[in-house]
Amino acid sequence: MTRQDAGPRTGPGRAPERRRDRTARGRQRSAYPYALYLPAAVVYVVIFGVPTVMAFYFALTRWTLFDSEFVGLQNFRDFFAEQNLRIGFTNTLVYAVVTSGLKVVLGLLLGVLLTSRLRLRGFLRSVVFFPVLVSTVAVGFTFTALLRPDTGLVNRALALVGVDGPDWLGDATTALLSVAIVDVWKGVGIATVIYIAGILSIPQEYYQAVAVDGGGAWHRFRHVTMPLSWPATYSVIILSFIGGLRSFDLIWTMTRGGPGFTSDTIASIIYKQYQAGFFGLSTAGNVILFVVVTAIVVPLNWFLGRRQATP
Amino acid sequence: MKTSHRMLAAALAVALTSCGSGSEPAADDGTTTLSFLVDNSPASLDTAKALTDAFMQANPNITIETETRPGGSEGDNIVKTRLSTGDMSDVFWYNSGSLLQALNPAQTLVDLTGDPVLANVQEDFLNVVSQGGKAYGVPAGSAMGGGILYNRKVYERLGLQTPKTWAEFMANNDKIKAAGITPVIATFRETWTSQLFVLGDFYNVQAAAPTFAQDYTANKAKFATTPAARGGFEHLAEVHAKGHLNEGFGSATVDQGMKLLVEGKGAHYPMLSAQLPPMVSETPQAATDIGFFGIPGNDPAKHGATIWEPGALYIPKNTENLETAKKFLAFVATPAAADAITKAVQPAGPYRIKDATLPDDAIQAAKDLQTYIDDGATAPALEFLSPVKGPSLEQITVAVGSGLTPPAEGAAQYDQDVEKQARQLGLAGW
Repeated sequence: MTRQDAGPRTGPGRAPERRRDRTARGRQRSAYPYALYLPAAVVYVVIFGVPTVMAFYFALTRWTLFDSEFVGLQNFRDFFAEQNLRIGFTNTLVYAVVTSGLKVVLGLLLGVLLTSRLRLRGFLRSVVFFPVLVSTVAVGFTFTALLRPDTGLVNRALALVGVDGPDWLGDATTALLSVAIVDVWKGVGIATVIYIAGILSIPQEYYQAVAVDGGGAWHRFRHVTMPLSWPATYSVIILSFIGGLRSFDLIWTMTRGGPGFTSDTIASIIYKQYQAGFFGLSTAGNVILFVVVTAIVVPLNWFLGRRQATP
Repeated sequence: MKTSHRMLAAALAVALTSCGSGSEPAADDGTTTLSFLVDNSPASLDTAKALTDAFMQANPNITIETETRPGGSEGDNIVKTRLSTGDMSDVFWYNSGSLLQALNPAQTLVDLTGDPVLANVQEDFLNVVSQGGKAYGVPAGSAMGGGILYNRKVYERLGLQTPKTWAEFMANNDKIKAAGITPVIATFRETWTSQLFVLGDFYNVQAAAPTFAQDYTANKAKFATTPAARGGFEHLAEVHAKGHLNEGFGSATVDQGMKLLVEGKGAHYPMLSAQLPPMVSETPQAATDIGFFGIPGNDPAKHGATIWEPGALYIPKNTENLETAKKFLAFVATPAAADAITKAVQPAGPYRIKDATLPDDAIQAAKDLQTYIDDGATAPALEFLSPVKGPSLEQITVAVGSGLTPPAEGAAQYDQDVEKQARQLGLAGW
């Protein structure tokens, strides 16, 4: 707490150097007058900063929009007592792991495929990326129709080969995985693009070296492409894992957390509290989600980032 | 051009103040414009159109502009938000009963107690639009029955009688299944439809435990520990366990369910009778072939039906056209308005306006419901007697009705859900 702590630093050593560094960087940063940052800062503070801080207060109130009453930690107790919360946490994790895992595997394979010499390469790249451009809600509705048990295209196609397809979204055992697979279909384009960029940035010399050593396609993939596209893998995992943890729109349009509570995620549980008009409670849920996502992603980021630094 | 200028100015004003009143000021030429917010279901839209057309014809200097909002809990939040920001339309249509209580009416709505506007409204109805002894709304449209819609052609062909007890109902289901017809239709894709076996069973609950509603509101009676109240959950589970549901019930929608019923591919559909009138124009047999009976209980002597009261029109405190709005509400509460509605939408049950009667060509389900009312064998659904209603009931009933949760556990889960809601509402005794 006391300022004297900084005392020993005044002696000779590296500190003054660092300070010089810092001032040099500071001068660089002020190439633009700070006033130019002001509009963006105001917008950020007003529509992000202020509500975020307010959320931490309203999470502690019973809030009906008409009035709010301070209730301490009651909302957090109620949220943790939510009967489907355990299912929600499990589902959220399963969903995040399944979708990010599949996106890494499929994204890498597609990335390799689409950087090889292929006829129609440009066209195929567009095809893979196309689902990313479609609105998630539209994808949800489309696949809901495709996955219908009696009239849906998927089950009709399965019937042609003699398979009696299940009620994909109406059956408790298949609902969450069906949504996860649609999520992968929609999101694998981004992963592929990241991998394409990553693979293209690998210097050709490595491949030539493998060729000189007599390695085949598998060696090229296993010992050059895979390790050297690690930065891409890192980005894909982080992006899709955070996306998976916050997953809501697709699940909501396709199953609404159903049947029953079997495909509920934390986000859909929170949304249901909001729908029911329990605004304080749902804000408390969001605060919890914020903490959980931070608690998972910060260590993951640190771990993956460390690996990236020492490839 | 003049109007569009005015609209532009109004739009600008709204944009600038960011919380416009939602009502336009009276124009120079003596006409008043009233804004009117309704939900976007076809039945509501048709009813609203019939009411506003008839009213504007009688009052040429008043224009009513109808706005729409989504239904369900999304719509609830729109109504709450607009009320709390003072941005509500001059008149709006909203549920009566427990949902109204959540709007904080004393603070947000115009009190109509003792106003001549309510002169034609049936006394019973006033209970469901009141809070703290003050009444706030006039009934819009007709009441409806919540019970079993059944295909009378199927009953005729198989020589069945409408059941008075649950055992008879299940016996009918066995015969229907043997004839290759789906006995009970379930449409769990739209989760609210799964609640009917529980909510529509309230007549039987009240018959067995007459003080259940009060005790339940006061946190003294529970679904899990009251055998009659648990019955709804048990019925739901039994129908699934016996394999009486249609294939793909987990992802079927209401439209698909109604179609199965009207086409005679399914015999019973636990549903609200209000689903029928919109079907009549495309499938006229929906009016004649589909009947209604209350969910059967255990005692044949005490058979009856559960009724859902119609929603109501309310005036928010922020309106600038109070007199005109009252004039509109007074018109809605007349037999003439009921006739205007009947011409546009077949009533799904009786009106709640004095001297307004069902037409002779009313749909069969409405006539069946009227018989229950004439016999005095009806009870309002629990949500009209108690502000307590847990938001997760529909997920719990889907889980019970799909065999994922045992009925006793489902009832206990619902009690827990209700407790949370009561605490969030700040009710006394929870």
